[in-house]
Amino acid sequence: MTDSIVLKLNGLSKRFGSVVANDDVSLTLNRGEVLALLGENGAGKTTLMNMLFGHYLPDAGTIEVADETGVLQPLPLGQPQVALGAGVGMVHQHFTLAENISALDNITLGSEPLFALRRNRREARKKIEAIIAQSGLNAPLDTPVGRLSVGERQRVEILKALYRRARILVLDEPTAVLTPQEADTLFENIRMMTNEGLSVIFISHKLREVLAFSDRIAVLRHGHLVGEMATSEADETSIARMMVGAETPELASTRIAPGSPVLTLSGVSVSGRSKRDTLSAVDLTVHAHEILGIAGVSGNGQSGLANVISGLAQAEQGLIRVNEVEIDAPTPAAMVRAGVGRIPEDRHHEGIVGAMSVAENMVIEYLDDPGVQSRGLLRHEAIQSNAERLAKAYDVRGPGVDAPARLLSGGNIQKLILARVFDRAPRLILANQPTRGLDMGAAAEVGRRLLEARERGAGVVLISEDLDEILGLADRIVVIRDGELHEAPGRDREQIGLMMAGEPA
Amino acid sequence: MIRIEPRETQSRTFTLGVPILSAVIALALAAIPLLAAGANPIVAYAEMFRGVFGSVFAFSEVLTRATPLIFTGLAAALAFRAKLWNIGAEGQLYLGAMAAVAIGSGVLDVPGILLLPMIVILGAAAGAAGMVAPTYLKTRFGADEVVTTLLLNFIILIFVQMMLEGPLQDPMSLGWPQSAPVLDQGMLPPLMERLRVHSGLILALILAGLAQFMLARSVWGFRLRAVGENAAAARHAGINVKRSLFGVAILSGGLAGLAGVSEVAGLKGYLTADLSPGFGYTGIVVAMLAGLSPAGVVIAALFIASVFVGADSMSRAMGVSSFLADLVVSMSLLCVLVGGFVARYRIVRSSTARAAS
Amino acid sequence: MMDILNILLSESFWAASLRIATPLIFGVLGALICERAGVLNLGIEGIFVVGAMCGWMAVWLGAGLWGGVLVAALAGAFFGLLHAILTVPLGLSQHVSGLGITLFATSVSYFTYRTALPNVSSPPRIEPFQPLDLPILSDLPFLGSVLFQQTALTWLALLLVAVVWYVMNRTALGVAIKAVGDNPDSVDAQGLSVYALRMGAITVGSALMALGGAFLTMSAFDAFFFGMVNGRGWVCIALVIFASWRPGKALLGALLFGAFDALQVRLQTEIGALVPGQVFLMAPYILSIIALVIAARSADYPRALLTPWFKGQR
Repeated sequence: MTDSIVLKLNGLSKRFGSVVANDDVSLTLNRGEVLALLGENGAGKTTLMNMLFGHYLPDAGTIEVADETGVLQPLPLGQPQVALGAGVGMVHQHFTLAENISALDNITLGSEPLFALRRNRREARKKIEAIIAQSGLNAPLDTPVGRLSVGERQRVEILKALYRRARILVLDEPTAVLTPQEADTLFENIRMMTNEGLSVIFISHKLREVLAFSDRIAVLRHGHLVGEMATSEADETSIARMMVGAETPELASTRIAPGSPVLTLSGVSVSGRSKRDTLSAVDLTVHAHEILGIAGVSGNGQSGLANVISGLAQAEQGLIRVNEVEIDAPTPAAMVRAGVGRIPEDRHHEGIVGAMSVAENMVIEYLDDPGVQSRGLLRHEAIQSNAERLAKAYDVRGPGVDAPARLLSGGNIQKLILARVFDRAPRLILANQPTRGLDMGAAAEVGRRLLEARERGAGVVLISEDLDEILGLADRIVVIRDGELHEAPGRDREQIGLMMAGEPA
Repeated sequence: MIRIEPRETQSRTFTLGVPILSAVIALALAAIPLLAAGANPIVAYAEMFRGVFGSVFAFSEVLTRATPLIFTGLAAALAFRAKLWNIGAEGQLYLGAMAAVAIGSGVLDVPGILLLPMIVILGAAAGAAGMVAPTYLKTRFGADEVVTTLLLNFIILIFVQMMLEGPLQDPMSLGWPQSAPVLDQGMLPPLMERLRVHSGLILALILAGLAQFMLARSVWGFRLRAVGENAAAARHAGINVKRSLFGVAILSGGLAGLAGVSEVAGLKGYLTADLSPGFGYTGIVVAMLAGLSPAGVVIAALFIASVFVGADSMSRAMGVSSFLADLVVSMSLLCVLVGGFVARYRIVRSSTARAAS
Repeated sequence: MMDILNILLSESFWAASLRIATPLIFGVLGALICERAGVLNLGIEGIFVVGAMCGWMAVWLGAGLWGGVLVAALAGAFFGLLHAILTVPLGLSQHVSGLGITLFATSVSYFTYRTALPNVSSPPRIEPFQPLDLPILSDLPFLGSVLFQQTALTWLALLLVAVVWYVMNRTALGVAIKAVGDNPDSVDAQGLSVYALRMGAITVGSALMALGGAFLTMSAFDAFFFGMVNGRGWVCIALVIFASWRPGKALLGALLFGAFDALQVRLQTEIGALVPGQVFLMAPYILSIIALVIAARSADYPRALLTPWFKGQR
């Protein structure tokens, strides 16, 4: 069977400063195979693939890729161009598409001579259409990519790789932005392609889809390859244990009777700039002692809902009541005053001012508080001691409270935000994608804090694209789609998935 | 393979060293145009040095020249801190100057003792108005303030010429486009006998100190820094970004207006259309050299003023064009930009890349 | 009212409009190329000055008119390359770098001019471009005599509109430039160099800007004066937004602008007694601000404009 090997990674290692991202990882990939690369965030999956793709240079190790005739050839490292030429294609989690040009232009970009006076679009189109027919990856070719749906963009992204004659395709978390049903279609397409001889590595942390769609599974933990097995021999618990190294910490979620409403939206409409921040006549009630999960495919109005609750967007219609008091001019400041704690989706961009100190970021929402200022001047020492107290209580680690917040790691930035929000014992908490990009320990900490707040009597709105997270934490689940909210009748994954996709449940 | 990585920490040596080194390099680079002009650079530098430190008079001229630059430098530094690109200090300076002569030449019947305070306040207000308008166009319509403030400079300068040939023209000027002089009670008193340096400098220094203190220690300064560093996060945190922008627009425009007041009521005594040899634009260089710190503005303004005064004197002695000063100033801006890069990033070279290719 | 109509129907008016528009066409095209690639070039004002000075000086030193045009373009490209180095691989603030380039280019030009001509009271003149008499085109009614009065540089500007349009919309290079200004990662992922594309675009764009300056000293006038560019570069930065970064609309914007400017000059002679002359002088700048305000709301900025990109950081 060795002649069917298309890719060999031999003892790849990569360090970033003192952090070991990959340590002596060896892997093989066979022709026509779907290999799932599993691991929690920070396990080194993306680093490994970036070395394969030439974006990073390994500190040690070699890579061999089969050429057109199937003979393994060493791959010169650190050169994306060469990797591309050798038939390695990568579909990143964040699409690398230009939105102001068409799908066809995106696909052909870089494969035509730049200084030719004429382009041969007809031939390119013929070639792409042939690939589409073979793979089932359908996408409009002439519309600017900015107007395509997320699923279509992903297909364009894959077409880009196939157009370049990729024989090995790496998909980085391809289903993160898709509905379960769209994901199924994607996997069908992948099947069609592997039948044609394509080999696929797909990176994921979702056990369910890995078990359903891969041929083989490789698990990374802390940069080491800790397990490799045929999917037919794998089961969920054993893989999970391999990924985490121990049992997944159980989140103690006991039922508590919900209290009085802390947030009521009645008929709230927001017309945003795009679908993602538009809401149409939404009704929602969140009670004390309750975590309400908002499930949905990304870009269906989650931003709109978060903006309304955090005070960033004005509702054109409808009423917003926090703790049974109507908020008539919702601004972020008014919401903070009304007792709303907000954990923003993009913690780097909205959560902190990176150039300002950790201590300053801890008081940035409460500048009018007499503990922070007196007569317009900052109370330096009070701010300082507050920060030291919070850093201790919430285990914010980093170079100190005087250091710029941007020097903190993602997990510690989130802890800073948690400290800022939870220390004020808010009655209502908006947690928008609170664990995205965090490692499992930090994510568990976020969950624990949310449950603790619920215990204390807060109401929580938990917006997440990770259905497992919602199923694990939420007392009640509402699905958001096209800016509308639909209460899920139960906790059935399949049914919620269908609701997310917009099919009759 | 060469990669660029941000430095984790910025040492104090860099924050202080970069501007100083930039200034030195820019001065050193001036040797090239000096040679091209057929002058001996060493002699020229010596002439420049003499022109700055050669006498009390010479140095007082530096202080005189630095005064408007501190104002416009502060105007740029505060606005840039909030990422409000006020490139219109030149126009705002003229607005302040116009207000100063309009009030100060006795149009309004103001009691003598109130005249100077009124000139200062209304001059600042006029400059502020000149910045509030573009800020409104920015926040309301999304019109880029860089372009609007730049274009306003031209509009305002033409407006000044129109006023100087119209309502503001001195009836005694025999047709020269020149305003009536500011009354004696309206003048900023000189600091020393027979020297041109005036109390506008004291006002500039006080305002620089105040700005430094407020930026670091006040809630207002906190908000301003937050808005400038990350407007989205500031907004999310409940800071009224628009209000902060208008606040800093008023201050920035006001400071630029005071530069005009100080030139008219401290130095010239009347207004002409060539009052400012580009103090507004030079203020941007001052602010950048100062690393946008108000205290730094004072030092940077002194340096730039020295370059101008020194080059003027060198030019008179050696016949080299005094545009050399503008060259040094613009080169020091480019140098400090590159220096800022060196301070913020480091270039990493992975040695294994060679072996791989 | 009749007067305005008469003006609008006169050939000389449209000839003047086109003449006034010419430097702006160069400038807007140049700015358009830079911004399409994702880099704002506020060096434009200074690059105009450099183009005006170098072009004129080359001719004055005997390089010939087209030699002058070439020297101007090269000088513009040089300062563009400087801006490109500062803003692309070094990723420095495009605003500040651009202003720095403007100050630097302007002072280099002035210093060079003063050093070359220390003691002249009136600036030396050159023999500028003469109106070009093209056989068939000039015979066209109306249009013929509008175009007949234009010099070769105006023809070059019009030709460049077509060339830039073609490159942007019909070639792989244009697609790549548009892509690098929208999402540099898209270009990088396909194996093209973000740095090369951006730096190339800025350099070429700046060369075009310099031609706008050269037109001033080699066609509109016949000598170099201090302050002769007078904000034309800034006007181009406003016009490029008005033109939504499209060459065709850039031509239209520049022509409209030229027409308004030509109109105000003619109105000045009609109603000059009623309104101070300066009101007319202000008009172009006010017009630019109005155009900017109108266009700003719906402006579809290149998404990556002003955002530096570093290789290997995503």
